[in-house]
Amino acid sequence: MEINKPKEALFSKKNRKLLKDPMNINNPITVQVLGICSALAITVKLKPAIVMSLSVIVVMALANVITSLMRNMIPNRIRIIVQLVVVATLVILVDQVLKAFIYDVSKQLSVFVGLIITNCIIMGRIEAFSLGNTPWKSFLDGIGNGASYGLILIVVSFFRELLGNGTLYDYPVVEKLGLYDLGYHNNGMMLLPPMALIVVALIIWWQRSKTPSLIEKD
Amino acid sequence: MQELINIFVKSIFIDNMIFAYFLGMCSYLAVSKTVKTGMGLGLAVTFVLTITVPVNYLLQTKILDKGALQWLDPSFVEVDLSFLSFIMFIAVIAAMVQLVEMIVEKFAPALYSALGIFLPLIAVNCSILGGSLFMQERAYATIGQATAFGFGSGIGWLLAVLAIAAIRERLKYSHVPPALRGLGITFIITGLMGIAFMSFMGIKL
Repeated sequence: MEINKPKEALFSKKNRKLLKDPMNINNPITVQVLGICSALAITVKLKPAIVMSLSVIVVMALANVITSLMRNMIPNRIRIIVQLVVVATLVILVDQVLKAFIYDVSKQLSVFVGLIITNCIIMGRIEAFSLGNTPWKSFLDGIGNGASYGLILIVVSFFRELLGNGTLYDYPVVEKLGLYDLGYHNNGMMLLPPMALIVVALIIWWQRSKTPSLIEKD
Repeated sequence: MQELINIFVKSIFIDNMIFAYFLGMCSYLAVSKTVKTGMGLGLAVTFVLTITVPVNYLLQTKILDKGALQWLDPSFVEVDLSFLSFIMFIAVIAAMVQLVEMIVEKFAPALYSALGIFLPLIAVNCSILGGSLFMQERAYATIGQATAFGFGSGIGWLLAVLAIAAIRERLKYSHVPPALRGLGITFIITGLMGIAFMSFMGIKL
């Protein structure tokens, strides 16, 4: 009988896997190669990167839950439009909240908040996961993927801000350590957009040397 | 006229969608394995950008901007619908892509089968929505300027994808450390090309 079956615990092993996998072996940026567009342009400093990660986590978790609730009602042919409308509505909400409470960061992020709509990671997870799974699982999947996307963003912006600007979250670390007096100079190159790509490439290199199963075959 | 050419050249080289803003990276990485598929998607992106940017420009200036609805009735001078722009832009883009798909299928079946799955996927390509959002942010003065910007951005994207596809075809014969193969080395090369493209930055147009 269905009813007598013990209910799956909220954080069963399978569900925890949904949260954990995206962190390493199924990372949205370095393995699934989704959502790179916005990941790179806003990683000059930690603050916008953190705000962006939080926005993506919120949008992704909610979009996953909503589409998952509607998954049996959406006709297959128009599903892309339905998904876009759901995501766009959530992004408008996030954008208005950002504009209202942290206007300066919202100005720095400029078009990239809007671009969360077409962030492939959100559409990709909706298509691949939430259209075929229950709301709770989709929620966990959204949080897991959003958080691991944020993790990469924060790692990249950590190095770019520290090496390029000598600050962390606008706190002058290098100056306080007194490295400038010893002849240290900031590497202005790290602030240029192409360096984001190279930092991500180094992360990929490191990750794949640790986990050889991820290495691409020709 | 000179102004239009300036915007066109600027959006190809200085504000290149890929090397300066990393827009459309997902499809850029996916289709750049061979020059042929890169060319196909590049053309489709150019085409869709050239159509959607001016259409969204009209939408922005005639409907969404503050006071833009005045042509309908003078009492609408205070109406500001610009918070709706994301959803309107994406709807226009999705509709346009559908339309383009139908037209291409009807009148150029060869091109249609060459583009295949890429055509519908353009709707979720960041560079298309990015084009419209940049148009909104930079507030171009006329529809001609907006069109020049859309077309230029598309050509810039096409150039970038062709260049990386050509390099990746040659890369197959070189010795890359195993862990960097595929994705990693493509990222590094894109970064190097981005640095090269930054040499255009000093040009004032």
